[in-house]
Amino acid sequence: MSEKFDCIVVGAGPAGISCAYELAKAGVNVLLIERGEYPGSKNVMGGVLYRKMMEDVIPEFWKEAPLERPVVEQRFMMMDKESAITVGYKGMEWGQEPYNNFTVLRAKFDQWFAGKAVEQGALLVNETVVLECIVEDGKVVGVRTDRPDGDLYADVVVLADGVNSLLAKSLGFHKEFRPDEVALATMEIIKLDKKTIEDRFNLEENQGTTIELFGDATKGILGTGFLYTNKDTLSLGVGSLLSGLIKHKIKPYELLEYVKNHPMIRPYIAGGEPVEYLAHMIPEGGYKSMPKVAGNGVLVVGDAAQLVNAIHREGSNLAMKSGQFAAEAVLLAKEREDYSEATLNHYKTRLMSSFVGQDMKKYKDSTHHFDKFPQYFEKYIPMANKAMSQMFTVDGTSKWDKQKKIWRDVGTAGEKLKLARDAYRAWKVMK
Amino acid sequence: MLHIVACIKQVPDTKIIKMNPKTNTMDRASAPAILNPYDAHAVEEAVRLKKRYGGTVSVLTMGPPPAVKAIKKCIEIGADEGYMISDRAFAGADTLATSYALTKAIEKISKIKPVDLIICGKMTIDGDTGQVGPGIARRLDMPPLTSVNKVKEINVKEGYAVVQRKLEDGYEVIQSTMPCLMSVEKEINEVPYSSMTNMLKAARYQPIIWAVADLEDVERTQLGLKGSPTIVSKVWAPTKPSGGEMLEGDAAQQTEKLLNILLEKKELFAGKGGA
Repeated sequence: MSEKFDCIVVGAGPAGISCAYELAKAGVNVLLIERGEYPGSKNVMGGVLYRKMMEDVIPEFWKEAPLERPVVEQRFMMMDKESAITVGYKGMEWGQEPYNNFTVLRAKFDQWFAGKAVEQGALLVNETVVLECIVEDGKVVGVRTDRPDGDLYADVVVLADGVNSLLAKSLGFHKEFRPDEVALATMEIIKLDKKTIEDRFNLEENQGTTIELFGDATKGILGTGFLYTNKDTLSLGVGSLLSGLIKHKIKPYELLEYVKNHPMIRPYIAGGEPVEYLAHMIPEGGYKSMPKVAGNGVLVVGDAAQLVNAIHREGSNLAMKSGQFAAEAVLLAKEREDYSEATLNHYKTRLMSSFVGQDMKKYKDSTHHFDKFPQYFEKYIPMANKAMSQMFTVDGTSKWDKQKKIWRDVGTAGEKLKLARDAYRAWKVMK
Repeated sequence: MLHIVACIKQVPDTKIIKMNPKTNTMDRASAPAILNPYDAHAVEEAVRLKKRYGGTVSVLTMGPPPAVKAIKKCIEIGADEGYMISDRAFAGADTLATSYALTKAIEKISKIKPVDLIICGKMTIDGDTGQVGPGIARRLDMPPLTSVNKVKEINVKEGYAVVQRKLEDGYEVIQSTMPCLMSVEKEINEVPYSSMTNMLKAARYQPIIWAVADLEDVERTQLGLKGSPTIVSKVWAPTKPSGGEMLEGDAAQQTEKLLNILLEKKELFAGKGGA
């Protein structure tokens, strides 16, 4: 006899757990299904957890959650082969309550977060793969798992099955994603002494730094690298659009090896021992790649709904927010005893009018633009590095002459015009 | 109705555990805790016997609170009930003290429902002793049937069990009175992918947890570190053997060379069945 739940959430990541947590808290009979050995065992991100959206789910979570370091400094490196222009901000206000964001290790954090949902009354089943949604009369009524007697029923199913959501795809909500809609990120967790980390990154205890890497970190392919400080490890990774990797015939791990050996990065990780290697896809198609997010008896949240702001490396926070909005829609549907698309569309309305939808719209063209015009990463970042080098090298040339030379090096009048046009275009897709 | 108690333990996954090179002890935090793999086969066998003859399967463990996870794993396999004894007084127990504490728990379980059969895994992967099972049998005055790789028959009414034991030089089929204790080899069965019904049951399940005070007639001096006469004088990770000799040539030449070496060093093999 198959069991019936009020709601089944597929996938225990930030979106799925947030949704299950809110529903369980409201007394809804919710089942959370995870394919990994435990929540977090298969989940990957660079490692920045945003305080605000997490706090919206669990107030003052930092008092008990397994976090690594509160981030007090954010740096951005525009890298060439043997140089980098670095900008950044460091502020002590980020080092105290309520904090801005934290570095985390997902295997620990997600496990804790899912435990909180279970405390609220959610039922968690691990090591189980959902094969498909059970559809009857054009309505999702449950899920089919890979276990014996594995069919389960629910009034509504929330798909939080991650990037590449096969379940949403099988419902016809989206097509197979193109290589220019997804990035592939690889990362290593590198063990280093706590004190060494603090010395190298100019930190005190319980302070962390994030460094985003642009340009040569991805050999000029559209993408970014990152270097984050954890308690006694560093997270170093690099991700770029699948289409770029294919075009340049570069294997993802080669890119990671390249970054590890880059003279701007090498000293940070020297003497460290890689203790974990992770790889994951990131949905980067943005607003234009978003699938249908609500149907009869079904909602799509988090990465499965392509909710990633690639420009600001945000994703888990959008996921959590979407999980909360989905829970809200489920509660509304329960109250009305109507799980049709019309009612569940409440989720879409809430999502798109919030910062999640707004930011997705704001950057709808940005990834595509930088993918289409590779000169930003390939040409302008090295150009800026060279200009900085010339300007700050003291060799008896007057600063006026230096400026003239830098301007001359931009190229012909046509190339100067192109630079101006590209700058305008970049501003336009980011504004 | 057959009542089977399976004794299980949560252990660090020794496939990936690291040794602390300074203290020569296992760094237990370096590996995730899992259900001892041999015990999974013990529980599976209990569940299979339940299906064959009817009855109930209880699992029992001694351990710290997180060991509840191992009991839940057993419920996933198909056990009906889980008991855990957890108390600071049990800490530091060797196999003697462990078998004592588990015996006291089994005596209490027997009062709820008489126990016909106890099944243990061959040994744990963190201790490798295989002593706790026979220890419990001795304390309960039951026949210990070790190295069981097949249960041929159980007859509750007439009170006997027929099992096949795996010995170094063959198999042995024996009949024993019941109640008895079996410790099983891992080839006795294959643990299948659990059903959704069992997964949901396990997700909801909360085991019965007893502290020392909940058990009866317990001599506290026999518990934990106090009740453990075992002295661990030294633990070390074995060094990897280096060198060795590679025999080259075709099959006949290699056989010839090997034969010569064996004959040369025959005293090494003497004493075991005669060289």
